Amino acid sequence: MKQPEPHITVKDLTMAYGDFVVMRDLTFTINRGDVFIIMGGSGCGKSTMMTILIGLKPPAKGKVFYDDTDFWASEPDIRDQIIRRAGVMYQSGALWSSMTLAENVALPIETYTNLTPAEIRDTVELKMALVGLAGFEEFYPSEISGGMQKRAGIARAMALDPEVLFFDEPSAGLDPVSARRLDDLILQLSESLSTTMVVVTHELASIFAIGSNSVFLDASIRTMTATGNPSKLLAETQDPTLRLFLTRGEQT
Amino acid sequence: MSSSGELLFEQPSQDNLQVIFSGSWKLGEPLPSADDVRQKIESAGPIRQITFNTEKLGDWDSGLLTFLRKLWKYCSKSDIAVDSSGLPGGVRQLLELAAAVPEKKDARKSEGRMTFLSYLGDQTVLFFNGASELLAFIGEAVVAFLRLFQGKAQYRRTDLWLVMEACSGLALPIVALISFLVGMILAFIGAIQLALFGAEIYVADLVGIAMVRLMAAIMTGIVMAGRTGGAFAAQLGTMQVNQEIDALKTLGLSPIEFLVLPRMLALALLMPLLSLFANVMGILGGAVATITLPDVNIIQYFDQLVGAVSLWDLWIGIFSSAIFGVIVAVAGCMRGMQCGRSASAVGDAATSAVVTAIVGIIVATAIITIMTNVLGI
Ligand SMILES: Nc1ncnc2c1ncn2[C@@H]1O[C@H](COP(=O)(O)OP(=O)(O)OP(=O)(O)O)[C@@H](O)[C@H]1O
Ligand SMILES: [Mg+2]
Repeated sequence: MKQPEPHITVKDLTMAYGDFVVMRDLTFTINRGDVFIIMGGSGCGKSTMMTILIGLKPPAKGKVFYDDTDFWASEPDIRDQIIRRAGVMYQSGALWSSMTLAENVALPIETYTNLTPAEIRDTVELKMALVGLAGFEEFYPSEISGGMQKRAGIARAMALDPEVLFFDEPSAGLDPVSARRLDDLILQLSESLSTTMVVVTHELASIFAIGSNSVFLDASIRTMTATGNPSKLLAETQDPTLRLFLTRGEQT
Repeated sequence: MSSSGELLFEQPSQDNLQVIFSGSWKLGEPLPSADDVRQKIESAGPIRQITFNTEKLGDWDSGLLTFLRKLWKYCSKSDIAVDSSGLPGGVRQLLELAAAVPEKKDARKSEGRMTFLSYLGDQTVLFFNGASELLAFIGEAVVAFLRLFQGKAQYRRTDLWLVMEACSGLALPIVALISFLVGMILAFIGAIQLALFGAEIYVADLVGIAMVRLMAAIMTGIVMAGRTGGAFAAQLGTMQVNQEIDALKTLGLSPIEFLVLPRMLALALLMPLLSLFANVMGILGGAVATITLPDVNIIQYFDQLVGAVSLWDLWIGIFSSAIFGVIVAVAGCMRGMQCGRSASAVGDAATSAVVTAIVGIIVATAIITIMTNVLGI
């Protein structure tokens, strides 16, 4: 087993909207090749955490390191370079509504590589097939279902084979079989391409199936209460809130 | 290993081809294409099976996967068995995932080529559909108005106030500026011609009648078409995109009553006021112009103007502006409600709302002018 190599490090992070503090004192490490789960109740700040990690919103306090680079203290063009190596799937899909699915997936590839149109088409077809959407290339986002939009968003996030992928609730709205396939995809990408995965999810089944590391955000006390492998957390934790979360509210 | 991807071939037996990968296979680097393998297969004779050797393969990503998928497709078409046991486990499993959901063949859209006649036919059908949609929309709007007078229409009073604010007070500066300038321009241009007859004083008649009867209403109409009609279309279009209008419908609220009615009402009530204001500004603009005219002073100008403009002119102006208000609101709301579900559709809706409203205003002006001519007022 390789020595874990820190990829993203969060130190003393406080997130806030104006005066409204969402979470404070967050410190945890995401290792290279981890499938890192951000979990917590609805509205506790998971999506906000993602916006900070991907450079859309500066933290109120604290630091985010990518490898050894202090992300928010760097120049904007350094930040751009770091973020270019990340892929993001947004909670609401955020597909560009006036482009077909193929164009959505192709845009990052066209922008950042020199592939020929034929190569781009092949790559797009591969990504679409990986999320189970082969054949829907020419559809517009408004012409497919909500779950399909999610999967198309995942295909777009994966377009450039990024080093780190952020998924905000990827399996919400998917049927159990598609959700399972998505879990397999996440595991495969992290194992074979050693992509780091940061996944926001509530699905207990996938948390335990794919998560190799996690952080739990407790909305009631506005900070994190645990970090580590989810199965281990379930076995060892004494914290009633976390237990409740990991057992779907069934006390043991 | 940093050397870029390369292929070697071996033929362990007559009908077996081994593909040997070496170097790093990453997207964006120069990689061999699946066609190379195809040529090799075709030249090597009756190949029945392909195996892989990846001992020398370095880093890989989607570049390798797209290559293999193409090879797969070719092989399954030409009945060649693929033995994937030589591939790294991760490659195999990702390829299996990609093949897990069969391609939806019937989902692909066929973009048939269109002949000129079918294009013409389509456009004609579209035109008539558009016309009947317009009529249906106007019909629904009229029904909504009737329900309003019966006191049964459901809409939020606060919405009405907000719309009224947006299309009255906030529109005053631009309406003031434009009508002031139009009044001034009319006076200057009129004065040049009238001076030839020594009748410069009739500048007052020209400005007064033109502004009060027609120009004020048209200018406010056009300003409001750009300012408010476009905004209505963008608002309702965005609501359409976010399924907010569907949410209203399932709640049992008529979007026409809830969204369109307050907007129409606001514009129909406020446009006459705005155009009265435009009258005043236009006449003032003319007055400023008279300062430069040697033969007319301001007192004479107003005196002449009051005599020239009849009450009928005023009523016709007010009537026109109320009609224009309804046209602007109907065009904006209709285009917004017809909006497709994408960001560019919202842009199209706003553009087409402004165009529709301006065309409507000009056509309505023509009709009103002809009617008043026939009636002799
Ligand atoms: N733009 C904003 N301005 C102000 N407050 C916000 C904003 N966005 C989110 N919040 C607040 O921040 C908190 C966290 O929101 P966030 O979207 O991060 O939650 P979440 O954990 O992703 O929830 P969910 O699981 O429901 O998606 C919420 O209490 C929300 O009210
Ligand atoms: Mg969220």
